[in-house]
Amino acid sequence: MSAGSVVPAATGPFALRRLRLPGPGHLHGSDLVWSIVFVVPYAALFTAFVVYPIGYGLWMGSDPALYAELLSDPRYVRAAVNTVLFVGLAVNVEMVLALLLSGFFMRRRRWIKALLVIYILPWTLPAVPAYLSFHWMLAAYPQGLPNNLLEALFGIEGPFWFNRGWLALGCDITASVWKWMPLWTLIFLGGRMAIPQDLYDAASIDGASGYRRFVHITVPLLTNLYVISTLIAAIWTFGDYAPVLFVSGGTPAFESEVISTLGFHYALDFANPPLGVAAGLTALPILLPILILLTRALSTMEVQL
Amino acid sequence: MSAAPLLERPKRRPRYRLRRILVEVGSVVLGVIIVIWSLMPVYNMFLVALDPEGHNEFTWDIWPPHPTFAAFVALWSGDVEDVRDIWPQFGNSVYIGLFVMTLTVLVGSLSGFAIGRMRLARNWQLTSTALFTYVIPSSILIIPFLRVMHIYGLLDNPWAVIAAEVTFATPYAILVLLYYAKLIPSELDDAARIDGASAVQLYLHIYVPLMAPALAAVGTYALLFAWNDYFYQYMMLTSERHETVAMALEQFFDDDDAPWNYMMAIAILYSLPPIAIFYALRRYMTLGLTTGGIKG
Repeated sequence: MSAGSVVPAATGPFALRRLRLPGPGHLHGSDLVWSIVFVVPYAALFTAFVVYPIGYGLWMGSDPALYAELLSDPRYVRAAVNTVLFVGLAVNVEMVLALLLSGFFMRRRRWIKALLVIYILPWTLPAVPAYLSFHWMLAAYPQGLPNNLLEALFGIEGPFWFNRGWLALGCDITASVWKWMPLWTLIFLGGRMAIPQDLYDAASIDGASGYRRFVHITVPLLTNLYVISTLIAAIWTFGDYAPVLFVSGGTPAFESEVISTLGFHYALDFANPPLGVAAGLTALPILLPILILLTRALSTMEVQL
Repeated sequence: MSAAPLLERPKRRPRYRLRRILVEVGSVVLGVIIVIWSLMPVYNMFLVALDPEGHNEFTWDIWPPHPTFAAFVALWSGDVEDVRDIWPQFGNSVYIGLFVMTLTVLVGSLSGFAIGRMRLARNWQLTSTALFTYVIPSSILIIPFLRVMHIYGLLDNPWAVIAAEVTFATPYAILVLLYYAKLIPSELDDAARIDGASAVQLYLHIYVPLMAPALAAVGTYALLFAWNDYFYQYMMLTSERHETVAMALEQFFDDDDAPWNYMMAIAILYSLPPIAIFYALRRYMTLGLTTGGIKG
């Protein structure tokens, strides 16, 4: 509904709503000019560094023969399966744990506040050194830190972590969860803090247990935030090459690659940039619905507000 | 329902006491697990950095048997071949990081203001457009990006990296800013308008001061983003004088005989600036996205 159109003879709450939420087109004169000027920097950035490269990429990957070549390459098939596992497991594990841990960090104890400071550390560490530390810790066979812990605590001889594709991918997923879980815990912690305490007090008076307060108050109120966070995390994890590149390095023999790392191996090491772009474009059927769901979730959030 | 019985303290039955003890024990166990989980790779960095030969075996010494700060001293004096260029590299990382931070805040807040406060368009229209940035994973987008940068004549120029990183950090920044801005009553804008304030004055005197916490949060996100990136720096900066710390670390990784203690010492040094900034600003960090999300 545009405010610039003919004003309908609406009265009551309908007119009030129009007044409070003027749509595009109500701006005039210098306001309109300045608003456009303010958007120009981002519009320029978006055109030069998003629209053009993406358009160029679509053109590079437009040859159908590339996709036939991809499907006949077992490395690609493995990487596609790995990508689904990597994104699916890393995102869901970190989200569920973050939601539960944010409840733990709500406890009003001084030592728990101090613990939160330590817990956030992985997120603030730069990705390259953090993942390199993971790599050296796991690659030093049989004397790495985790293997020694296994030996001392359970008497098990730890494996060589990068010898099997699934194990190596598991290491990458663990490293990714390690790095990103604190961010989402902080966001859910903020979300829980924004829930009015009265709701919990009222529920307690009615005799609701901790579990039922979680299910009937916390979960419904955090659903929107949880969905939006999960979708954003999925998009980011899709594009996150760093855990795979630095922790397992795709070993052994491309068995733990994901699409985002295999794509640039095609482009750089096999000198076939169009194939690399094509590999990336095969993620579109999953990424595009996620993006659409995300914009949907964000626009309903606006309507609710 | 009468309120009187509720005000009486319930008698503490043994079952409750046992439950409390279990909860406390559970919390402590969980706390210990969280500390080990969070600190293990960090601890590993220190073990290697303090080892005279840079071994990374863990021999159940809680502290390395012969700890030495030799690696850090070598970084400082710069008289070891492997780490001679560390300070110029650090300078390059800081240069890129600071510009990414400033430009993300500037570009994000300008468009967030025009859309969210001036209502040039609806919020979700801008957000959806901006989120389109993520439609191709960034490590794949680099391939066409390189050709585009070649056309722009920006190859081997730190500004190519800055442009790329601002491009990827801004959509999230806009998202956070749009939803945080809803906490500021629009009556403030209306009042200022009646007093004859222009759009620029609204931005400078109302939007920026009131949005300061969100702007700080967004700036830190952008800095962390630049600090996390390796690939765009590696691909677009080819000459030695533009090399960054992330690139130097990766070179150690490629070299099997590299002195790991130097690598880990650099890693620790490189981790310090974002940690310092983050902990200085941490109370602002989660405000934006969260408050927007929960008020719905």
